[in-house]
Amino acid sequence: MHSSGLNTANPVSATQSPPLWLLAELTYRCPLQCPYCSNPVDFAKSGEELTTAQWIEVFRQARELGAAQLGFSGGEPLVRQDLAELVKAARDLGYYTNLITSGIGLTEKRIAELSEAGLDHIQISFQAADEEVNNMLAGSKKAFAQKLAMAKAVKAAGYPMVLNFVTHRHNIDRMDRIIELCIELDADFVELATCQFYGWAELNRAALLPTREQLERAEKVTQQWREKLAAENHPCKLIFVTPDYYEERPKACMNGWGSLFLDITPDGTALPCHSARQLPIQFPNVKEHSIQHIWQESFGFNKFRGFDWMPEPCRSCDEKEKDFGGCRCQAFMLTGDASNTDPVCSKSEHHDKILAAREQAEHAPLGVEQMVYRNEKMSNIIIKG
Amino acid sequence: MSDNELNLQQPLRIRRGFRLQWEPVQNGHVLLYPEGMIQLNDSAAHILKLVDGQRSIEQIISELQTQFPDVSGLDEDVLTFMGVAHAQFWLEYC
Repeated sequence: MHSSGLNTANPVSATQSPPLWLLAELTYRCPLQCPYCSNPVDFAKSGEELTTAQWIEVFRQARELGAAQLGFSGGEPLVRQDLAELVKAARDLGYYTNLITSGIGLTEKRIAELSEAGLDHIQISFQAADEEVNNMLAGSKKAFAQKLAMAKAVKAAGYPMVLNFVTHRHNIDRMDRIIELCIELDADFVELATCQFYGWAELNRAALLPTREQLERAEKVTQQWREKLAAENHPCKLIFVTPDYYEERPKACMNGWGSLFLDITPDGTALPCHSARQLPIQFPNVKEHSIQHIWQESFGFNKFRGFDWMPEPCRSCDEKEKDFGGCRCQAFMLTGDASNTDPVCSKSEHHDKILAAREQAEHAPLGVEQMVYRNEKMSNIIIKG
Repeated sequence: MSDNELNLQQPLRIRRGFRLQWEPVQNGHVLLYPEGMIQLNDSAAHILKLVDGQRSIEQIISELQTQFPDVSGLDEDVLTFMGVAHAQFWLEYC
């Protein structure tokens, strides 16, 4: 790795690892209103969406740099009427193509079109295993029935299927039923992802963060299911993502800044992770710069590469090559300075912020009715805020 | 799928949704699957290239022995790799 991320004149192309994972956030439009959405809270002020041709050019350039996995995400990517065309272009370039969807807007006809275009895999996200809770969290009365029907249709079409459940204090106690439902639906992979506190989820943290006891129980249930599935030689794989709020060391966020993940947002702004837009950094746009420039030379992507930017206690920490000092966005949100050690780390002088959040989860959580739902109206209010 | 034993006579294929592919930038073969990628070494790639839905493990071993007559213990290497690949559900019998 190059020595300094700050010298943008210094060409780093020879040593810079490729952006193996390209995430295409095609749109911020979405029929659901999940209060833990990772989209920025001010998404309503985002610029015009990239055109079909602009997206395909992004795919071509990123593929040349070595991108192999391509995620179509959003918002709800199915809102884009050119989705099948984008999938076909990506598949022809050699990408492994993943559709990350709520299932709303999916039909058997659309599944057949996407299959024809060469789509490799579909991930459907659920809000809960119970119809009532699911629909309340999604802000839609029909969401659950539609998701069930589409999960069955995806399997019937022969796709491998990932089911994703974002878990939080209002659904995590139903982990047993969540896993049971996934097995019934014949999922190949199940992501049980405890809410990460970015975007709308950060706004609603006091209503979402589970207690340590809830989390431990859910992990135990998951482990029992893993043992049961292994004993049956069942191919379904359960992936449990713990919230870093209960860790003593931060996560190796994105496997390091600008190390393998490249996110292109609806208006073409390129980011090293989904939530970096909130940082006080000018990130490059694909309408103005090549992907090569963005990935290898831009100020934003080099800002936190390597180790020279680190202050103490990270700088002299013998674990810095393992966790890269944690998450820059979390450091910014909780301390006001993106260069600080992620407060999840017990060595951080701001670790008390995490302890206070845990304390609140135990004693003074907010109810589900106090959450701010993600929609354009609310986003506009927040912008004016 | 009821047991973990390898069947040496039954043809097998790469599991649906998994794809073996050459990546020029990485200068190697990878196995791609939903939201993931395994970087393969040369011998793993040689073996997986022969997993085509027609050949059995026995046939793959004999094919490789023809291709690499000077390599000893090749059958053991293939069986070890197949054991891992099967346990990871990268493969399925036809």
